[in-house]
Amino acid sequence: MPYISNTDRDRREMFAKIGIENFDELIQTIPKKLRIKDGLKMDKALSELEITEKIKGKTCQNLCVQNVNSFLGAGVYDHFIPAAVDYIISRPEFFTAYTPYQAEVSQGTLQFIYEYQSMICELTGMEIANASMYDGASAVAEAILMAVRKNHLLKALIPESLHPEYYRVIKAYTEGIGVELVRVPCSNGLIDLDKLAEMLDETVGSVVLQSPNYFGNIEDAHKVSELVHKEAKCLLIACVDPISLAILNAPSEYEADIVVGEGQALGNSMYMGGPLFGFFATKLNMSRLMPGRIVGGTIDKTGARAYALTLQTREQHIRRGKATSNICSNQSLCTLAATVYMSLMGRQGLREVAIMSTQNAHYLARELTKIKGIEMRYPDAYFFKEFVIKTPLPAQKIIEMMLSHGIYAGVAVAENELMIAVTEKKTKAAMDEYVSAMQEVSNA
Amino acid sequence: MPKTIFEHSSPGRRGVRLPACEFDTPLEDLIPKKYHRKSIARLPELSELDVMRHYIKLSHMNHFIEKGLYPLGSCTMKYNPKINEQLVRHSCFADLHPYQPESTLQGALELLYELQNDLAEISGMAKVSLQPVAGAQGEFTGIKIIDAYHKAKGNTHKTKIIIPDSAHGTNPASCSLVGYDVVEIKSNSEGRCDIDRLRELVDENTAGFMLTNPNTLGLFESQIEEIAEIMHSVDALIYMDGANLNALLGIVQPGKIGFDIIHFNLHKTFATPHGGGGPGAGPVGVVEKLVPYLPVPLIEKSDNGYHLDYSHETTSIGKVHTFYGNFAVLVRAYIYIKMLGAEGLRRISENAIINANYLMAILKDYYHIQHQEYCMHEFVADGTKQKKENNVSTMDIAKRLLDKGFHAPTVYFPLIIPEAMMIEPTETESLESLNAFAQAMIEIAQECAQNPELLHEAPLSTPVRRVDDARAVKELDPIFKIQE
Repeated sequence: MPYISNTDRDRREMFAKIGIENFDELIQTIPKKLRIKDGLKMDKALSELEITEKIKGKTCQNLCVQNVNSFLGAGVYDHFIPAAVDYIISRPEFFTAYTPYQAEVSQGTLQFIYEYQSMICELTGMEIANASMYDGASAVAEAILMAVRKNHLLKALIPESLHPEYYRVIKAYTEGIGVELVRVPCSNGLIDLDKLAEMLDETVGSVVLQSPNYFGNIEDAHKVSELVHKEAKCLLIACVDPISLAILNAPSEYEADIVVGEGQALGNSMYMGGPLFGFFATKLNMSRLMPGRIVGGTIDKTGARAYALTLQTREQHIRRGKATSNICSNQSLCTLAATVYMSLMGRQGLREVAIMSTQNAHYLARELTKIKGIEMRYPDAYFFKEFVIKTPLPAQKIIEMMLSHGIYAGVAVAENELMIAVTEKKTKAAMDEYVSAMQEVSNA
Repeated sequence: MPKTIFEHSSPGRRGVRLPACEFDTPLEDLIPKKYHRKSIARLPELSELDVMRHYIKLSHMNHFIEKGLYPLGSCTMKYNPKINEQLVRHSCFADLHPYQPESTLQGALELLYELQNDLAEISGMAKVSLQPVAGAQGEFTGIKIIDAYHKAKGNTHKTKIIIPDSAHGTNPASCSLVGYDVVEIKSNSEGRCDIDRLRELVDENTAGFMLTNPNTLGLFESQIEEIAEIMHSVDALIYMDGANLNALLGIVQPGKIGFDIIHFNLHKTFATPHGGGGPGAGPVGVVEKLVPYLPVPLIEKSDNGYHLDYSHETTSIGKVHTFYGNFAVLVRAYIYIKMLGAEGLRRISENAIINANYLMAILKDYYHIQHQEYCMHEFVADGTKQKKENNVSTMDIAKRLLDKGFHAPTVYFPLIIPEAMMIEPTETESLESLNAFAQAMIEIAQECAQNPELLHEAPLSTPVRRVDDARAVKELDPIFKIQE
C-alpha cells in the first residue's frame, strides 16, 4: 500500500495498545446505517508506472504554448521563467511546510514573505503588503471591502475597462455586504473622465483603476486620481501588472490608496490559469484594516533578528465572524516563485523584460496594421504589452484559422475585435510569422 | 538570522541574462514620458549563485513533512507523493493558457471532468465545482449557494446561520462575508452538537448550519440524521466543512447522510503540498437541488468532447476565481485518487484513525484528555494538568516539541478546550514515528514536573529562540527599508 507504513503486524500491536480486536470498534460512534455499504465506485487503483501512462494520455491531448506560437494574455502571461525559480520552490523545505504558525521552525518561510512584501512595496511605492490573496480578481474585491471598512461608504465605481472576469468575482464577493457596484463607461478604450467626474460624489467609497487596463491601454492615472481625491473620503484602488511597474508609474506617484494585481507574471507558470496569486499593498495607516497574513520583523528572546506573523487579531482564527477577511490558506508558494524571480531579474532585468515586451508589442501592432482591413481599435491610447485590433472577419473565425497555422492568435473581446499579448519571449521571427499568417487569413 | 536578500545586493550583478532586444525605438516614442516611473524600482542585484545560496540558507530554517512528523490537528499534514510533482510539471499542463481554444485543452478538461466525478462519488454529492482555490473560499462558495437557494425560493426572511463553538474561524468569517448573522451553538458535554439547544435556536429565519464532521474534537457527529431533519424542517441547508474528511473516505458519504453541501481541502485529504500556506484547493460538492447554483463554468462532456459549461449562468452564484481554480493542485489530487482507488482511500482513513487512537492510548496517561472515547483521525489533549501542577503552558510544551525535532500540534484550538493540543498524526506516519513522537511527549511531561524552567526557556535548539510576537505588532516592521 503506497504512502501507508502500517503492516498488519503493526496494526495488531496498535490494536493491543488501544485495547481493541478490530478496526470497527473504533468507529462505533458512526451508526451502521450511515456507513457505505458496498464501497466507493472508483476506477481500479493504479501503480506509479500506470498513472504515468495515464497522465501521458492526457498531456498528449493538450497543445501547450511551447508547441505553438502563442499571443494569449488577458490576465495570464507567458513570460520567461529562469530555471532556478522552480528549483527553489520545489525544495520540500518550502514545498511541504505548513503555514508558519510556529515561528521558531518557520523562519525560512517567514523571511521570504518579508522579502516578498518588501519587493511588492518597492514596485508599487506602498508602505505595507500582505502575504498574498488568491488572485488578482479576489485582491480587487478585498480592496473594495477594505475601503468599506475605512470609510463605511457602500458604493464602488468599476470601469468598463476592468477585466470582465474580475468584475464577476468582485460581484460575488461584495454583494453580500451590500456594496453597490456602478460601472464607469469607457471612451476610446479608456475611462471616460467626464463621466467619472459626473459619477463621483460623497457617497462613493472607492474607485477601481486598472492600468494597463483589460484592453492593454495605459489609463491617465494622474487625472483619475485627481478626480477621485476631490472626494475627501474616496479611495483609489489601483490594479496593476507588476511587470509594467518596472517602467510605468509606481501607483504611489499618482497617489493610489490601495494597490493590487495579478502576480502570476512574476515567475509562475500559467497552469491553465491556476494557481495565480494576488498582491495587496497599501499605506501604513490602513494596516489594521487589511485582509490576509502579514509578516513582520521582530527579535527572539536573545535579541536576535527574527520574523513572525503579525497583526493577527485582524484574522479569522482570532476575530472569527468579525475578521477583516475569511482568507486562511493563501498562495504562498507562488509568492516564493515571485520573490526568487524578482531577485534573479533584479532591477535591470525586470526593466528589460518590460521594455522588450513593450517594443515587441509595438512592432507587432505596427506590422499588423499594415494589413488591409486591420486597424488599431484604440488608435489614440498608449499601450504596454497588449493591444486590440479591429479584424476584417469575426475574431473567433480568425482564431480558428490561425490555429491551423500553429498560432494562438489572441482573445476575442468583441465580434470583430482581437486582443493580442506579446511578451519578451517573442522573437521578431515569431511575430513576422504571425503577421504573414494573419495576412493570409484575413484575405481569405 | 541571515541577512535579507537586499543586504546581499551589489550594483551591477545579474542573475539572468536576457536576449538582446531586436528593436531600439526610444521608449518615450512608444509611451510618453509622463507615464514612466520616476525612479527605478530598487530590486536587489545578485548573481544566480548568490540567490540560490540565500534561499537555500532560508530553507534550512524550516520544518517540513520530509523532516519529521507534523501533527497539526485539522491540518492533515500527510506525506505528499513525489510522482505528483514530476507529472504535474509536464509542459502540457504547466504551459497551458486558460483562453486556449477548447480543442487544445481536451486532456486537461477530461482530467478535471473525471476529478469532478470522483469527488462527487467520494462525498456522495450530485455534482462538484473545482473552482474554489482554498478551504475558506470553498466555504464562501457554499454559503453563497445557500444564499442563492433561499433567494430563488423567495426565502428572504432567512438571515442567520448556526455554527458550533468548536468550528474553525473561517466558518463565521465566511458567513459574515455573504452577509449572514452567525449564531453560535455550544457543544454538549459529549463534545457534540447539543440537539435540544439546536431545536431552540432553529426557526424560520435559519438559513443553514455549518458542521465539521468529524468535529474539531475528533468526534463523529452521530446525530447527524436528526440534525438534518431539524434543519430541513425549516428549509435550512446543512453545510459540511470537509477539513476533517480524512477520517471518512470510503466509510461515510456525507451527501448520503443529510449534508447538502461540502467543501474538500485537497491540500489536506488529497495529499497536495501546503506550500508554506498555499496554494491549496477547496472544491465544493452539492446535492441535486443545489446544482443550478454552482459557480460557472463546470466541466461537461458532449459528443464533441469536453467543454467549459456556462449553461446554468443565470442561476449560478457567478465566479469566485478569475479562471477555473488551482489547476496544478487539482492535477496532483487527481493522480493521488487514481493511485489509491476505492480500497486505498478507505485504507487511508482507517489508518489515520488507528494512528490517532494509538497515540491517544499512550498519551492519556500523561496529559489530560477531556473526551476519552475512541477518536476519529485526531484527538484533543490539553496542558491543564501541567498548567496547574507545574505552571507550564501548552505554548511551552509546543515549543519544547520543536527542540525534539517535531512540529507542534495545533494549540489553543478548539477554543472550547483550555490549553488545547489538537493532535493529528495522519496515516502516513509509521509505528516507529508515532512511538518517537509519543516518547517526546512523555519526556516533556516529565520535564514539566522536574524542570519547568526548561519549558519556559524552550525552544533551545531551533534556528531562533522564542520569537517575540508582541513586539512584531507593537513595533510594526512589515518591509525592509532599502538604504541607497
